[in-house]
Amino acid sequence: MSTRVQTQGRLINRDRPVSFKFNGTLLNGYLGDTLASALLANDQMLMGRSFKYHRPRGVVASGSEEPNALVGLGEGDRFEPNQRATTTELFHGLTATSQNHWPSLNYDVGIVNNTLSRFLSAGFYYKMFIHPRPFWKHIYEPFIRHSAGLGKAPDSESRDADRYEHFYAFTDVLVIGGGVAGLQSALTAARAGAKVLLLEQTAHLGGRAPVDGGTIDGMDPDAWVAKACEELDALPNAQIRTRTMGAGVYDHGYVLGYERLTDHAPEASGPRHRLWRIRAAQIITATGAIERPLSFAGNDIPGVMLASAMRDYLVNFGVSPGDRTVVVTNNDDAYRTAIALVQAGLKVPAILDARPNGGGALMDDAKALGIRVETGAAAVKVKGAKRVHSVCRGVQAGDGEVLEEIFCDAVAMSGGWSPVVHLWSHCGGKLFWDEGQAAFRPDHARAPTSHDGAPFVITAGSADGEMHLNAVLQNAANAGKTAASAVGAAKGDAAAPSGDAPDEAPLVPVWMMPQGAPRKLRTKSWLDYQNDVKVSDVQLAAQEGFESVEHAKRYTTLGMATDQGKLSNINGLATLSHALNEDIPQVGTTTFRPPYTPISFGAIAGEARGEIFQPIRKTPMHDWHDSNGAHWEPVGHWRRPYAYPQPGETVEDAVQREVLATRNSLGLLDASTLGKIIVKGPDAGRFLDMLYTNMMSTLKPGRCRYGLMCTENGFLSDDGVVARIDEDTFLCHTTTGGAESVHAHMEEWLQTEWWDWKVWTVNATEQYAQIAVVGPNARKLLEKLGGMDVSQDALTFMGWADGALAGLSVRVHRISFSGELSFEIAVAANLGRALWDKLVEAGQQWNITPYGTEALHILRAEKGFIMIGDETDGTVIPQDLGLDWAISKKKTDYIGKRAQQRSHMVDPKRWKLVGLETLDGSTLKDGAHAIADASNENGQRNTQGRVTSTYRSPTLNKGIAMGLVLNGPDRMGEVIELTAGGDDTVKAKIVNPVFFDPEGAKQNV
Amino acid sequence: MSDVQLALDGAAFDGLVQIEELAGQGMITLRGDLADDTIRASVNGLFGIDIPAQRGTAFAGDTGALWMSPDEMLLLCPYEGARAMADELAEKVKDAHALVVNVSDARTVFRLKGSMLREVIAKLAPADMSPGVFEPGELRRTRLAQVAAAFWMDDARNARVVCFRSVAGYVFGLLSTSADDASAVNHFTR
Repeated sequence: MSTRVQTQGRLINRDRPVSFKFNGTLLNGYLGDTLASALLANDQMLMGRSFKYHRPRGVVASGSEEPNALVGLGEGDRFEPNQRATTTELFHGLTATSQNHWPSLNYDVGIVNNTLSRFLSAGFYYKMFIHPRPFWKHIYEPFIRHSAGLGKAPDSESRDADRYEHFYAFTDVLVIGGGVAGLQSALTAARAGAKVLLLEQTAHLGGRAPVDGGTIDGMDPDAWVAKACEELDALPNAQIRTRTMGAGVYDHGYVLGYERLTDHAPEASGPRHRLWRIRAAQIITATGAIERPLSFAGNDIPGVMLASAMRDYLVNFGVSPGDRTVVVTNNDDAYRTAIALVQAGLKVPAILDARPNGGGALMDDAKALGIRVETGAAAVKVKGAKRVHSVCRGVQAGDGEVLEEIFCDAVAMSGGWSPVVHLWSHCGGKLFWDEGQAAFRPDHARAPTSHDGAPFVITAGSADGEMHLNAVLQNAANAGKTAASAVGAAKGDAAAPSGDAPDEAPLVPVWMMPQGAPRKLRTKSWLDYQNDVKVSDVQLAAQEGFESVEHAKRYTTLGMATDQGKLSNINGLATLSHALNEDIPQVGTTTFRPPYTPISFGAIAGEARGEIFQPIRKTPMHDWHDSNGAHWEPVGHWRRPYAYPQPGETVEDAVQREVLATRNSLGLLDASTLGKIIVKGPDAGRFLDMLYTNMMSTLKPGRCRYGLMCTENGFLSDDGVVARIDEDTFLCHTTTGGAESVHAHMEEWLQTEWWDWKVWTVNATEQYAQIAVVGPNARKLLEKLGGMDVSQDALTFMGWADGALAGLSVRVHRISFSGELSFEIAVAANLGRALWDKLVEAGQQWNITPYGTEALHILRAEKGFIMIGDETDGTVIPQDLGLDWAISKKKTDYIGKRAQQRSHMVDPKRWKLVGLETLDGSTLKDGAHAIADASNENGQRNTQGRVTSTYRSPTLNKGIAMGLVLNGPDRMGEVIELTAGGDDTVKAKIVNPVFFDPEGAKQNV
Repeated sequence: MSDVQLALDGAAFDGLVQIEELAGQGMITLRGDLADDTIRASVNGLFGIDIPAQRGTAFAGDTGALWMSPDEMLLLCPYEGARAMADELAEKVKDAHALVVNVSDARTVFRLKGSMLREVIAKLAPADMSPGVFEPGELRRTRLAQVAAAFWMDDARNARVVCFRSVAGYVFGLLSTSADDASAVNHFTR
């Protein structure tokens, strides 16, 4: 059984007991434990069920590479699935549940999949569920989704209880990994004078060295690590962040760091995670190496662990995974585990070393401790179900003959070490296959390169493939020196400390154990624990023609789980290469992609939630609208009142009331969101003649003109009123959504095409509040406020004037988007509310009625005025809308002119704008299609037009609409049929789009 | 000017730094060739300052100049006199090709006070806020989270942050969230 031993445990504090719950049972651990070590200490070897076969699974690793020990962590708003027990620091009150089991972890119904496993081989789903087609959606998929899978998604009603943030950091040298290599690299670079930031994903510095032993400059590794940290802490140009993972390396030295601030102390205040967005001139990845499992039958039974992980649990946490542990290896390193176990008073019945001649100095040490070593040996299979029962010993060169059954309750395995090359590879760093180490290592000649073609990522220590302590330190110091000199820092002492550790004999690659394992064994030899991929699956994929490693990966799902195949990739592709009879480098690896391990969505979102999820733009009158019942409509990032429903009134009622009040007496609109761009210079007129389809240069100062803007492709993109301020200066109004894009459009043409034209632009949208005073009594209201002459003679239609109203400086434009007598008043934004209040107060005698965007739409639609975004959708040209009057025939050019002469643009069959009036007075559906005879080749009904705007007009007391219709303007009076939902249709007559006051008498008073 | 209403009525927050919406700040946008003699002399004559270099600021009493781009400056002056100052400047540079616009109402200005101001800004702006890199005399025209913003330091403990008026509430929310007392990073100060 796994239990706590009385000695060791360098990371736990035995004076600080901590209680936690696993599947509802209260258990105890110590501060400093991980959830995995605490579970093992409580003999909870079984931690979850596998993805596909629901096999019992225990922890196999001790760090972020762990594939099995995934739990659901927390409850309610803090519940999170698929959390690795090995990287979860224990805290008081932690609640964890195991995953993918039903009804319980111990008794799982889905295990039946296990006995059916010979039918669930690679590609099973593809082959089995392809026919009959409709079954997939209704039967197969729901069933598969129910039986497969890991964690449960959080409840859809739960809301993340924590907050998150980003942090932008800049450094010369970023070191990722705080083992002895990372520390040494940081020391060398910082001593040279470079600004250094070091990230370590765990809470502890030093990495594996304190567990693996040896000495550094004659010191115990722990002592050396403490000294290194002390020196770095004292250097003003170096900083260490623990609990911060280097998640991804991107172009130009951009790195994401994932800091877990309160995962180990959820009751602490402050953000839970912080996403570091780092720009580094040089990046050193000192990310260590990961031990590989061995592929023997039963290698997934709880109690079979990586040799290094077993050593970690013993030395770091004082936990023994079993009383009797068999060690299976192809290298010297695993002997360290055997030695540590025996020194802790535990039994190691045998070391099964696959190498014919065994190992070196460490083997001798083990033998000296009385440990039995079998060379050329293999674990033919491990017996057991929910925990290890025994190991059957055979010969590695053989085909699975069992020579001996060794009873034990744990197995430590080691298939060699793979450098963690993920971060090196994220941005294009290439690898080479080191035959001697049986590992992919970073190819320095093909490093990730930055804007200048120079490398910006350097690997250090084991991540570079150096496995001996002394070589690790020398390599790391070199990396630090290289990085520092790349950023121009070259002072200080670049010497590395010396590391002393036993020399190791070379490993012998073992991709299958025993070498001639028959199918029966291969179907129980796991490669990918998390996705349940076995040796036999990869072999089958190769046999069926999935020769590319990327195809084999997707076919078998090897390496596609949340651990991204950290343990399985190399074993898997070695298996594939053998099956294909090719060399491993020819098969290659799959692509390493960020993040290194999954990071929270909260960290990615950062501060953006709740009130600051996204910017909401508010006009100076926003608060007034809010306290007067505005029903809001988002327009871009702005919020605009859609209508102001009064108590007891529906929104629709309010809209109708607002329209009538405006037509009959006086309405008030907050038009502040309209874009206002000032264009000035001797070439301003010429410039605007190019931007607008009509002529602006002939506009007289003091006058306004409505204009259309098109893209280079001729499509109508924006419209608005241009006012000429003086000879050199124009004020261009844009749509609400167009202010920024039109300004950018202007700047682009000025900066890239017409750079020699003398024109300046300023987007002054936010400088002004703008208020439209609309209706037959509009002038009376302005005259009541007093301060300037707004009479018909003084301020004619389409004129503007500067002056004062109620003591406030204003600019009044006499323009109309409603067909009514209308003044648009611009006032400094800080005075907008004051003017609005004065207008509302003085307008009471005419029942002044603030109206929202929907009333605005109805007022303009009654007049047949188009709206960008309704009548236009990026495929409509002004000619489609009957706006030929606003297209200058005199100008030699304007943006879009050439495009509008293309054959398709002058095609008489283009749908054109008309008014539509239903015969029964009903209101057409938004977007309704005008149907035509017969169907197309796909069996769809032919169409001859569509509705672009449709409203119920309170003024005319019937439905009115505009639409684009084939040959529309030539078919006045004709009745066509339009869709009305489902199979229903409704008849409408084609009419002039100007429904109300076609002579314009009302605005001309 | 009792009718003047700031976007947030002078909102304030106290956390890692003190945040305060400042009363009206006169602002005048000048677009033109910043190397032009007439423009330089006119700015100097009216505002008493030399046009700052790239990413720079210049201050003289209650006036100032912020470098916005190679052909744009934001001039600072008292709110009340801004319109007259803008008119006067426009008159002085009328023979040079330039555009002068009073934009005193277009923006909101926040003061950040306290030694942690670098950190609060570094949570929101992709700018290097390290001491020695960003110091008084420098301006950054960048973004805070999702909106455009600019900021500069008046001294080691005081910075001003400028954003558009319509997003003042959003930016105040960003700054006060980032200045939460429990969220110190201690990256610049240890």
